[in-house]
Amino acid sequence: MTPAEIHQTLVAKFGDKITGANLEAIDPWIEVAPAAIVDVAEFLKAEESLAFDGLNNLCGVDYFEPDPKKSAKFGHEPHVEVVYHLYSYAHRHAIVIKVNVPRWKEGVADQLPDVPSVAGVWAIADWHERETFDLVGINFAGHPNQRRILCAEDWVGHPLRKDYEFPLEYHGIRGR
Amino acid sequence: MSLQLEDPRIIEFDVRTDEMLVNMGPQHPSTHGVLRLLLKTDGEVVSEVTPHIGYLHRCAEKIGENLAPQQWIPYTDRMDYLAGMNMNLGWALAVEKLIKMDVPEKAMVLRVAIAELNRVASHLVGMGAYGLDLGTFSPFLYAFREREIILDLFEEVCGARLTYSYITIGGATHDLPEQITIPPGLAALTGHKMDLSLSWIDACLIFLEWLEKRIFEYHTLLTRNQIFIKRTAGLGVMSREMAIDYGCTGPVLRGSGVDHDLRRDGEKIYTRMYEGYDWQVQVAPFDVAPPEVLLGDNWCRFFVRMKEVNQSIGLVRQALERYPTAEGTYRVPFKMATKLPKGEAYLETECPRGQMGFYVVGNDSSNPLRARAKSSSFCNLSVTGPLCAGCLIADIPAIVGSLDVVMGEIDR
Repeated sequence: MTPAEIHQTLVAKFGDKITGANLEAIDPWIEVAPAAIVDVAEFLKAEESLAFDGLNNLCGVDYFEPDPKKSAKFGHEPHVEVVYHLYSYAHRHAIVIKVNVPRWKEGVADQLPDVPSVAGVWAIADWHERETFDLVGINFAGHPNQRRILCAEDWVGHPLRKDYEFPLEYHGIRGR
Repeated sequence: MSLQLEDPRIIEFDVRTDEMLVNMGPQHPSTHGVLRLLLKTDGEVVSEVTPHIGYLHRCAEKIGENLAPQQWIPYTDRMDYLAGMNMNLGWALAVEKLIKMDVPEKAMVLRVAIAELNRVASHLVGMGAYGLDLGTFSPFLYAFREREIILDLFEEVCGARLTYSYITIGGATHDLPEQITIPPGLAALTGHKMDLSLSWIDACLIFLEWLEKRIFEYHTLLTRNQIFIKRTAGLGVMSREMAIDYGCTGPVLRGSGVDHDLRRDGEKIYTRMYEGYDWQVQVAPFDVAPPEVLLGDNWCRFFVRMKEVNQSIGLVRQALERYPTAEGTYRVPFKMATKLPKGEAYLETECPRGQMGFYVVGNDSSNPLRARAKSSSFCNLSVTGPLCAGCLIADIPAIVGSLDVVMGEIDR
């Protein structure tokens, strides 16, 4: 299926839960409302004409410019994005799904935004979501075992946030 | 007084062992670097395996956000440090995809030759280290003897032996050298004079001819060795669905019988490099497999790698044949201050360990907004838990080794 057909199929099934798309992009993407991502993921995997059985990549992107001088030219509203790169081994087609959430839940700093977990749909999402939680700071609601995976368990903060401050000291080890 | 023997089955029933937690690693020699496996064991039987990773974590992705794409290339070397060239290529292609850059034919041929030669070196280590995991030392020594010459050849090309930073955005940093002195190791092995002066291509061809004959020896040392078969065949069996569900790629996926290789099935920007070459994707099951072998077991994964050594030798030969007549130059210039356009590109390439993906988000600045490296070993390792449950402790190195993970790539 072409990306346009995939988009049509999703819109026909989920209606206004599909909040946007860019089918002319280098990797065409479809934006999905956070609350609907698990339903959409299950549909994308189960529907025979789509059959997205492979989750190639799952990552988070922090769209934010901490420097106030540069933020006027930044060109994006501050938000974080979860990006799902899907691939179908049966049909050899690919699509990108995106979920946009605010940087902090209800605007309160250090309250991680929620995105429902798709670990029940693709097994590999378990580890990818743990990594995204660890580095980008997104709370995957319903994840079976959401712990830090790359950083130490007592690490503070989420390093891939643009406003992350590097620790000066960790257990007596000087940072700089 | 007569001694009454009890039924041994009853005694066995009475003796119970408590569950025990055993730490394997992070410095265990069979865990390929600093991987810690937490085993829950009941006697010799492992009921649960939890991998703990992150001991080599450097947050390379954060570093990538603060550097121009070219400056990040040395960091990609240090991800899968056994296949630095393939890592460089993955990142270079992802950036080229974003900025819609075209690479001349000569650079593409050069990239195929170098990347495939690195695949040979990487699979040699994979094979040797796997033998080491199973308790045989000699294949490791042979594999490193061969790999040494590939490193010598790479040293002639770019000066580095492990962290090359050779393939860069727009092509490669240097052309292949016209005239070199034969690497001493190669001269000693093939009986050439130590001061023989020849072109790099000829030196490479001499090496490949010599290596091809040695591969039969590896098969007698490992592939058809009865002890090796007993340790690998029928163990760690991964079904096709499980491999796809856990995001396994590369030889692990093909060992489970999924006919998928990005060099043939990937995106155009990558597959066009391999157009016109004569090669076959190696997928289990194999006709020559011993009868004990099951589809998707350790032996299949190992054998896919062994077959890919032959496959890559063929690809290098064909690329070197094309190289002198290929059009264009080895590189088109790419300025450090080039602004990455708004947008994003994700590209996966077939690295020795699986599909390595690079995701780059540009935002009208020379530094990317996000540089993401999706590691193939990371996904391949995530399957260890379900794969090792119910096996014996002694089989854990055999199963983890067959996944052939590199911790530098997992932890990034």
